[in-house]
Amino acid sequence: MKKNIIVSLKIFLIMALLVGIIYPLFIYGISQLIFPNQAEGSIIKVGGKIIGSKLIGQKFNSDKYFWSRPSAIDYNPNPSGASNLSPTSAKLKQLYEERKGIFTRSNFIQKTKMIPNEMLFASGSGVDPHISPQSAFLQVNRISNSRMFNKTQKEELIKLITAFIEKPQIGFLGEYRINVLMLNLELDKIK
Amino acid sequence: MIPFNEIIQVVIFIIGLIIVAPLFGGYIAKLLSGKKNILTPVFGRVESFIYKSAGVNPFEEMDWKRYTFSILIFSLLGIITLTVIQLIQSTLPLNPQRLSNVELSLAINTAVSFVTNTNWQSYAGETTLSYFVQMIGLTVQNFVSAATGITVLLALTRGLVVRKGNSLGNFWVDLVRSTLYLLMPLSVIFAIVLVSQGVVQSFSSYTEITTLEGYKQIIPMGPAASQIAIKQLGTNGGGFFNTNSAFPFENPTPLSNFLQMFSILLIPASLVFTYGKLIGSKKQAWIIFFVMMFVFVLGLLVSAYSEYSNNAVFQTSGLMEGKETRFGILNSVIWSTATTAASNGSVNAMHSSLSPLTGLVAMFNIQLGEIIFGGVGSGLYGMLLFILITVFISGLMIGRTPEYLGKKIDAFEIKWAIVAILLPNTVILLFSAFALKTNAGLSSLANNGPHGFSEILYAFSSAAGNNGSAFAGLNTNTVFFNLMMALGMLIGRFGVIIPCLAIAGNLVKKNITPTSKGTLQTDNFLFAFLLLGVIFIVGALTFFPALSLGPLLEHLLMNSGITF
Repeated sequence: MKKNIIVSLKIFLIMALLVGIIYPLFIYGISQLIFPNQAEGSIIKVGGKIIGSKLIGQKFNSDKYFWSRPSAIDYNPNPSGASNLSPTSAKLKQLYEERKGIFTRSNFIQKTKMIPNEMLFASGSGVDPHISPQSAFLQVNRISNSRMFNKTQKEELIKLITAFIEKPQIGFLGEYRINVLMLNLELDKIK
Repeated sequence: MIPFNEIIQVVIFIIGLIIVAPLFGGYIAKLLSGKKNILTPVFGRVESFIYKSAGVNPFEEMDWKRYTFSILIFSLLGIITLTVIQLIQSTLPLNPQRLSNVELSLAINTAVSFVTNTNWQSYAGETTLSYFVQMIGLTVQNFVSAATGITVLLALTRGLVVRKGNSLGNFWVDLVRSTLYLLMPLSVIFAIVLVSQGVVQSFSSYTEITTLEGYKQIIPMGPAASQIAIKQLGTNGGGFFNTNSAFPFENPTPLSNFLQMFSILLIPASLVFTYGKLIGSKKQAWIIFFVMMFVFVLGLLVSAYSEYSNNAVFQTSGLMEGKETRFGILNSVIWSTATTAASNGSVNAMHSSLSPLTGLVAMFNIQLGEIIFGGVGSGLYGMLLFILITVFISGLMIGRTPEYLGKKIDAFEIKWAIVAILLPNTVILLFSAFALKTNAGLSSLANNGPHGFSEILYAFSSAAGNNGSAFAGLNTNTVFFNLMMALGMLIGRFGVIIPCLAIAGNLVKKNITPTSKGTLQTDNFLFAFLLLGVIFIVGALTFFPALSLGPLLEHLLMNSGITF
């Protein structure tokens, strides 16, 4: 019995060394070598300054930018979080109606049915970097108005959205989507 | 209406599993048997070095009592060390965020949770645990708790195939081989693929940035990829980050999502065929696989139907609350079904915000005993208990001595099988009832109405089933829940393992009688449907009353447009 305990302890230590230290360090080494950018969080720099991560969505409030989805943690993932509200939650219903009202009014939308669901419901991570293409197109009028775009600039904006549509990966995985931060960075370049 | 490209994803997922599991399962049998394989040149020396330095004689045989004792002592050691390093994490290295020591009840809960392969998250990874604890604490238990599941399955299998023996094998050898030849190499490949998609693997501290519009945002970091790979492959499910595989650094792209979903079921499904190989009957394996797949697809259909149906409260279908744009509705539903069928418990969408019937399927999958593929090893040994019960009941019906694979099934086996099946169920119902009667239980609720009840029922189902997913509105980081859940997880794990090994120890002594005309065949569809019947009757009779107070009631009220 005593022998068993000692063996147990030794095996435990060896396992800790093998899969607790060597294995993660090995993965660390390989990824720093082949995928250094991804391993360090797909950071985006503008003019040498870190502006965010391509994968972590940001909060956009002003009329000049494309808006991200609603977030239960206001886009500050420390820690990440969701609302966890149920489909029969009165609070969720209230939030939903408020968001619908704001999005409809700000974007001069005629039919509220046109607003995709992801714009009215908070994401799982609280930092969803994407919205659907339709949600982006619905925001064109607002952004053009607030930036006082002329007709060509507005057309350029629509082209930009089209260019930023990410298709399902390898043809069939996932959804059509647009990375809001990346799109907004390009948006600033329209002159 | 489900879009076409989404349907393709489901079809490829299921067909992929049907093709890969038999092939890989056969190969696992080879890897674990100690026969020469593709990895022997790499790890053969490491293996013998481990035995040598730990003082293990790999040829030493263990009876069921020693085998069980070794598992228990090894698990106890895991719980103690993991608790201690959390309690002193501020004095340990690799803590760039200077996170403070973990509170005792939370440390115990997390330790028990990872050792029992549950991986319940009362903690929030990025704000509670240092890189040291995540690596040397959690990642290690991710591996060895999964490997332990495989060892129990191997021991039980030996109990069935060895004639008039005494030994169930050597726990240390089974443990080392499962880790070295199966879990670790797969994790290495998978982790690197995950990094290529954008999962972080870094020791840097968190970055505080100013966003494009001028808000402050903290970007968390960590050696996540190495842990996430084994989190999925070992049916662990504990997230590196709080929102688990919904968080972009944990699951950045549809491809990483597909691979993670696939790896949830990969090993549990393959082990069915490993078992088939070890008992020398592919047909038996296919029948078990069919039963598992049948329940899985059924659950998936109900979930998808429910999620795409109209919600009368919101007058819309396909609610995106708690879901990520890149995955959409269907990928969230495949995941919620897979992660609860297997005792994985990772999530890519928040289960609490799923439609009531989808939540019901998730909960019911767990309550069936985590045998629909189930945990690595634990799913199949749980299923074998149900097979013994089915053999016994059918034996009574046709008036024959019950036999399984030529071994006579007596009162001893049946008694222990019943204990193992009923213990987790008892935990779920009694602990839930207790929590509902106390202030400490009710004060943690986030939602009102039937959904509040579901939150508590789900939590204890998840604990007793060693699943780890949650209706996460419920705040379980309280002393009451941390300790109750820890107890539930221990009973759910060892209340099944010990009976399994006792059964194995009794079976191994028996002779194998040759099959005759009167033997009940266990490798045909008639038996498959008998087995399905037993599984559903046990599950439904035990949980229908509780489920009707929670998700079923919520579904009906939702259809009348009632909110809480």
